[in-house]
Amino acid sequence: MSSMLQGRWWSWGFRSTVMLYFIVLIIFPIIGIYGQSFSSGWAAFAENITEPLAWKAVLLTVKLALIATVVNMLIGTMSAWVLIRYRFPGRRLLNSLVDLPFALPTAVAGLMILLLLGPNSPVGELAEKLGFTILFHQPAIVIAMVFVTFPFVIRAVQPLLEEMDASEEEAAYTLGATKATTFWRVILPNMLPGILSGAMLAFSRALAEFGAVVLVAGNIPGKTLIASVYIFGEIESDNAIGATAVSVLLLTFSFLILWTVNYVQMRRKNG
Amino acid sequence: MRRLWIGLTVAVFSFLLIIPVIRIAMGAFDAGWSGFAQGLARPETLHALYMTGLIVVIVTVVNTLFGVMLSLYLVRASWLGKRLKQLLNSIVDLPFAVSPVIGGLMIVLLLGPETALGALFNKAGVDIVYALPGMIIATLFVTFPLIVREVMPVLQEIGSAQEEAAATLGASAWTTFWRVTWPSIRWCVVYGVVLTVARAMGEFGAVLVVSGNILFKTQTATTLVYQDVENFNLTAANSIALVLAAGSVTLLLLMEWAKSRREVH
Repeated sequence: MSSMLQGRWWSWGFRSTVMLYFIVLIIFPIIGIYGQSFSSGWAAFAENITEPLAWKAVLLTVKLALIATVVNMLIGTMSAWVLIRYRFPGRRLLNSLVDLPFALPTAVAGLMILLLLGPNSPVGELAEKLGFTILFHQPAIVIAMVFVTFPFVIRAVQPLLEEMDASEEEAAYTLGATKATTFWRVILPNMLPGILSGAMLAFSRALAEFGAVVLVAGNIPGKTLIASVYIFGEIESDNAIGATAVSVLLLTFSFLILWTVNYVQMRRKNG
Repeated sequence: MRRLWIGLTVAVFSFLLIIPVIRIAMGAFDAGWSGFAQGLARPETLHALYMTGLIVVIVTVVNTLFGVMLSLYLVRASWLGKRLKQLLNSIVDLPFAVSPVIGGLMIVLLLGPETALGALFNKAGVDIVYALPGMIIATLFVTFPLIVREVMPVLQEIGSAQEEAAATLGASAWTTFWRVTWPSIRWCVVYGVVLTVARAMGEFGAVLVVSGNILFKTQTATTLVYQDVENFNLTAANSIALVLAAGSVTLLLLMEWAKSRREVH
């Protein structure tokens, strides 16, 4: 009897500790930031949110993250395809390298891009000759975003390609379809869910990226100042309300994307 | 066609992943071996690496324990309603969607010196923000979903039949966990732990905001890299970056190993 009671006390203790940890660590801060942003009233919130610089930063972030996502959809789908379907020397090495951007600190990623594309590097000089600069301009931000989100599409498409039934493809060939037709009509539709959910995750990560971007962006308002760096600047200059206003804008956006991905994945599993 | 695609993929990987890592290594040795050693032997570098190591150890231990337990509850517990489980489940992912800078800002807003809670802790003699506890909380927040997301699908997949059988045969909850559940989830836990270590080691934005990047006090390896770059001390920045990159590559190998073990079981 006493041991049963003890066991019950233990499990109660465990349950409450874990749930409390979860709520205090994850839910409190998020409620806190929404609460804080409205704490000085709607007027102050509206004023901070309509600040032109803040809007420009958010819109610029969305634009660049979209470009990075499209780039990733293309090179990610291609890489997933090549890594699954073709056998060539070095394939396993490349396959394990895919996760490198997840393992590498983002500040290190930023430094890499800084070194590779700087004005003194071969790439930087070449671009200079062609009449544009990469570093501290928008291309550098896009490259940083592509780098940190590189694994998402690949890792989402690979399992689908592995699972894909070869008979569908064979049937298409037997019925006289060309390689291109088979790809567009049979293979691509099979990969599409993976491409899209990977792209959504990549997009939301690109929106949030800070470490890699802060080192390579020029941070000129309206041109190369993205939202997370804008928020950081506001924090540095002690404007907590401005920082929270933009944070709430960016957060809401990211949450919507995350929940859409979850919803789509759940429906696919159930359907 | 086949050649073209393979060539393109190899080119993408080379330019995006391989050449940048080589470039960091070259940058670290720009001033020869002594430049690299000097960059690393600076007292601020040693302190920053020590801080990073400390945070990685604490965060990994705490989040592994809580992550595994929460996954068990979210999959198995009958005392949580189905709706509530779904809600909690969708909340687990939130840190993925939060920009690290915003994560840091949240902690400053909740526990900063001007807030009620922060003042309370301050009176008790504990600083949270601009000190180690805040940096640990920030990293805990950022890395929280990683283990839960690895373990939950496996728990769902293996089902509860074996656990119930063990319980029916009179095994305690503790025995059931170690003898039945743990063997089937351990490689996923290992994989999640490696991801957590990688993320904790590399966390930059949240830690930068919470720590205030104070030299010899709250500076971590990644924030030191940032500061060195800002001060145009590129060789030193490269040296630390190379150490971090070496750590990442090691973690990557561990990930591969855990993945191969996971597929066997």
